[in-house]
Amino acid sequence: MKSNNQPAVEVLSLTKRYGDVIAVDDISFQVNEGELFGFLGPNGAGKTTTINMLTGLARPDAGTIHIGGIECTQNPKAAQHLVGMVPDESNLYPELTGFENLCFCAALYGMRRSERQTRARQLLDTFSLTDAADRKFAGYSKGMKRKLTFAAGIIHQPPILFLDEPTTGIDVASARQVRQIIAGLHRKGTTIFLTTHYIEEAERLCERIAFIVNGRIVRTDRTADLLKPVQGKDVLILSVSNSGANLPEEMALAFPQYQFQSTTPGQVRVESVEPVNIGPLVRFLEERGVQVTEARRHLPSLEDVFVQVTGIEADLMSKEKVGGGGNQ
Amino acid sequence: MRRWIAFWSILVKDMRAYYLKPPNISWGIIFPLAWTGMFFIRSGSGMESILTLLPGVMTISILFGTTSMLAVTITFEKRSRSFERLLLAPISLELLMLAKTSGAILFGVANAFVPIIIAAFLTDLSGIAWFLIVPAILLMGIVSTFIGLFIAVSVSEIFEAQTFSNFFRFPMIFLCGLFFPIIALPVFLRPLSYILPLTYGVDILHGAIHNEHIMSFTLDFIILGAFCIGLFALSLRNIKRRWIV
Repeated sequence: MKSNNQPAVEVLSLTKRYGDVIAVDDISFQVNEGELFGFLGPNGAGKTTTINMLTGLARPDAGTIHIGGIECTQNPKAAQHLVGMVPDESNLYPELTGFENLCFCAALYGMRRSERQTRARQLLDTFSLTDAADRKFAGYSKGMKRKLTFAAGIIHQPPILFLDEPTTGIDVASARQVRQIIAGLHRKGTTIFLTTHYIEEAERLCERIAFIVNGRIVRTDRTADLLKPVQGKDVLILSVSNSGANLPEEMALAFPQYQFQSTTPGQVRVESVEPVNIGPLVRFLEERGVQVTEARRHLPSLEDVFVQVTGIEADLMSKEKVGGGGNQ
Repeated sequence: MRRWIAFWSILVKDMRAYYLKPPNISWGIIFPLAWTGMFFIRSGSGMESILTLLPGVMTISILFGTTSMLAVTITFEKRSRSFERLLLAPISLELLMLAKTSGAILFGVANAFVPIIIAAFLTDLSGIAWFLIVPAILLMGIVSTFIGLFIAVSVSEIFEAQTFSNFFRFPMIFLCGLFFPIIALPVFLRPLSYILPLTYGVDILHGAIHNEHIMSFTLDFIILGAFCIGLFALSLRNIKRRWIV
């Protein structure tokens, strides 16, 4: 890359239209060198379109892109040697074996035969695919395909890596392994741009996160800073039975210092900036014949922030794609 | 050097992975052989007709071999999104497409030599001007491949590529002088013959094999070369416009 002072990825006023639909609407952000940057949003938000523009698979209608300090809006080839990409679909060659696929992808970056064979074996080992090295890609399971596709994206050890929903649709163990590998690459200094609709994944891995909804970035911040407002609140979830419809209102009258909400039948959410005292609440409910079956503190998460900022229920995000390990 | 490693790897991978795919075998090998047999039987003049039929048979073998190969290597990979891997590689689109088409060109050239080898056992080929045949086969392989590329880039399914290919391939069998001289065509069809690239390749083959040609060899080669460049440029433009949207 050109200079240490320049961001690894810099995007200014990027816009992409498909006919009348604005897929990406005037977005700007930058990813610093060595940073793990999350791009979080529901399906159709514009995540893949953004990655495609950054890697040269789609042409922006407006805006500028700098990768590793190289202006590559009109000439994406100029920076492709710096970039690796793991697409949202496993798109290797079904006729080739795992080992051949990796060697072929290495050759696309000009790696010599001995170098690419060594690297391919090393990655097969890292992704626990050594036993399947000589099997055709067509015969791999979904999780194995995803892992090999990931390995192909990093075969040339790119300093900047674009990951498009790398854990979508794979089993828990594979997703966990992929996340560990992402964290390992980040520790070694790779700049990572990760799109995901798994909020927990973004929270666990990313240093900074941008929320994208309907093609627009609605918030970008450090993960810790995003969590601050919700961390300042104490939230208690009470599971109750035999409760009436007006329970939250009755409780609010008795405990004006707390806020009460019943979003799910049989559950009351108690929120306060002060610590919530459980004992008086339970006694109050029991005196009214309401049984308290469970009382648990709700740990603040990025999901709360996401719902707060975007107005989109987090459940909807995970339901949109076939569930897999990423969410578990 | 690095870009040539990529070029060579793409070429070798395509040859290994796709030469024996069913569409290649059926359209690229079986169909030209069946077509040849049909003309051979229909001509009824026995071994004497081999030299007359050879240019047409060679051209069909090249045309169907190359266009079938492209339908697989380009359309199939575009459909399965593995073509995106190639677009992400740090090599120019021109070099990438040359690598993707080189396998088909070699396939077409190899196909052309199949009838020649068979003919060598059946008749005397000593009068053939090989110095004209070899470059003509190569240029016909290139131009047919680029016709296939143009078609493959314009569709999204393999069956569409094969169907759309036939839209070009079958008229060319009759219009380019493969088995019937252009002069024997109705007057209103003749202009069509001269806008089709294979006409010029077939003219060279007829001249080189039994010394009957209607244009100078130099003009034939120049026009064939111009078609190669034009079709390749048009296909690249279509890829940039249709695939990198």
